[in-house]
Formats: sequence, structure tokens, C-alpha cells
Amino acid sequence: MASADHHGPLSQFEIKTLLPIRLGEADISFTNSSLMMVIALVLIALFLMLGVRRRALVPGRWQSMVELSYEFIVGLLRETVGADGRRYFPFVFSLFMFVLFGNMLGMVPYSFTFTSHIIVTFALAAVVFVGVTILGFVKHGFHFVTFFVPPGVSMALWPLLIPIEIISYLSRPISLSVRLFANMLAGHTLLKVFAGFVPALGAAGILPLAFVAALSGLELVIAFLQAYVFAILTCLYINDALHLH
Amino acid sequence: MAEREPPQALRDLDTRLKRLRAEDDEKARADAARERGRGLSLALRVGVELVAALIVGVGMGLLLDGWLGTTPWLLIVFFVLGAAAGMLNVYRAMSGMGHTAGDATEGQRTGDDDPAGTGPKADRSGKR
Repeated sequence: MASADHHGPLSQFEIKTLLPIRLGEADISFTNSSLMMVIALVLIALFLMLGVRRRALVPGRWQSMVELSYEFIVGLLRETVGADGRRYFPFVFSLFMFVLFGNMLGMVPYSFTFTSHIIVTFALAAVVFVGVTILGFVKHGFHFVTFFVPPGVSMALWPLLIPIEIISYLSRPISLSVRLFANMLAGHTLLKVFAGFVPALGAAGILPLAFVAALSGLELVIAFLQAYVFAILTCLYINDALHLH
Repeated sequence: MAEREPPQALRDLDTRLKRLRAEDDEKARADAARERGRGLSLALRVGVELVAALIVGVGMGLLLDGWLGTTPWLLIVFFVLGAAAGMLNVYRAMSGMGHTAGDATEGQRTGDDDPAGTGPKADRSGKR
């Protein structure tokens, strides 16, 4: 997708407008990022729907992959939130699959990693953060603000500790989004930088080539791991909102 | 004792022990590699947690300063508070318990089974 005269390690992150759309002042063009998101959604839907099409009692490979991903998130919710976590399964599962497919699609050569853009990951994290905060207030009403009061601390320290707790709470969406975005950005940049050494070094290029191959394996692990971390942190935040200390 | 040839059974035992030790070494090496990966992901987490809280603190300070016209005092106060919140985040993420002081009942809920290798301790930031 990169143009012939432009092959920097960062050109893979460029947003390209595919279909210009304007809504008043706002630019809501269909870009390569949007295209990859649509592809991810289509692939997720195909993966899940075709996987369980046969509904075999003894699952085949594909069906076990679907069942495995289902049981993975169910287990995550049961471990972190408990029995009442089942209600939030659709949310966490969609989030996990979307991030996972976004990360994995980024590993396909010439594709685009939409999770390497902070605005995408921040939007996801903001949905989690706002949703969890609303959930806390719905479940506990105004009592939810006691979440910011550390238990077992004398009242004299409250003026100091409550702002710290609030800042710590507000930093959640930032750390959640920055972690995912930074991992994807750094990994993909590193891959392309080392790939650039391969033609530059001639015969000795076999060394960076081997390194790139090893790094690609590591990137696959990180792609899964970051989706997992995103899901488990979402579960923990839901748990915090449901069960105040 | 040194000049006598060891009996067959003892030699068998020796070879078996050697083989088992080699297997143990291999496992230890794999464990060490996984431990390194875990350390790397922990290090990255610490950095992100620390900086995120600092960003929030400084952002709040700047906003409040602009709103109340108290430049630069609230920025300084919230910078320090943000740094403290960052430390708190890191402490919570690393201690594995994640709860605030005085609350020891939560904490050990996530399973210790962790195929991904981040460790249960790594995944509990912000948990109270």
C-alpha cells in the first residue's frame, strides 16, 4: 500500500483517505483505518458464525477455536468479577475480539494496524471508562463516591489521599489506551526498521532477516497478550464498579 | 573406593541421573526465558502507569490554573499529586493485591493459572 517513493518505517501508520465524506464541518472520510476495522468486524463475524455452523457435539478444529475464545473470556470474567460477571460477557468479548483481530490483522504484510493509533485505542478505553463509571453510579447510586475514600485511613489524610485516588482513577483510560497503542506502534516500527537493514546489508542481510523472523513471532505473542491485557483490565474495572471495597 | 569399578546398577543410576538433570536444565532455561518476558512486560507496565497518572495530574493542574487564574500553583500541587498517584498505581500493579490499605479481603481472586505468561500479579492494576 505504501507508495513507491516512500518506504520509511513510519509510513505504515499513514492514514489514507479512500472515500472522502464530509458531514458539515467534520471530515468523516472512509480511510484505510476504517477499511481494516470493517475487515476485522467481517472476519470476526465469519469466524464465529461459520465456526459454529455445524454445531457438532464433538467440535472440529474451527469450532473448538470458537469455543476456546468463548470459554477464555467466560473464565476471565468468572475469575475476576465472579458469578454476576456473566452479564458483561458480550461487552468484554466484543472488545477482546476487536482488539485481537486488529492486532493480528496488523501482522499481515501490507496491512494497516488500526490499534497502533492512539485515537482508536483511546476511544475504546474511553468507552470502557465511561461505561464502568456509569455502571458504578447505577449500581451504587451516590454511594459510589466512597470508592475514592481509602478504607482504614484517618480522616486527617483524606484531603491528601482523595485527590490522589481520583487522579489514579482518571489515569485508567490513559494507561489502558497508551499501553495498547505503544506496544503496537513500537513493535511494528521495530519490525520495519530491521526489515530496512535486510536489503541495505547485502549478503549480511541474513542476520537482520533472521531477527525479523524471530521478532515477528514475538509480535504475534504481543498482539495476543495486549488484547488479553485489555480484556482483563476491563474485567477488573467492572469488578471495581460492582463490588466497592 | 576410588580404584574399584562401580557396579552396573550404580552406573545405570548415574546415566539416569545425568539425563534427568539435563531435562531439568532445559526446563529451567525455558522458565528463565519466560521470566525475562514477564519482566519486560512488567517494566513496560510500570512506565505506562507512572506516566499516565502524571499526565492526568499535570493536565488537571493546567486546566484548574487556567480556570481559576492561579498559575502556577495548582500545576505544582497537581504535579506532585499525579506523581504520588503514579507511584500508587505502580505499587498496586506490583504488589499484586491491588487493594488499598486496610482492605485485605479482596486481592487473591484471579486464578494463578496464566498461560500467557504475564503473571497474575501483572494483571491487577487498579484493583482494590
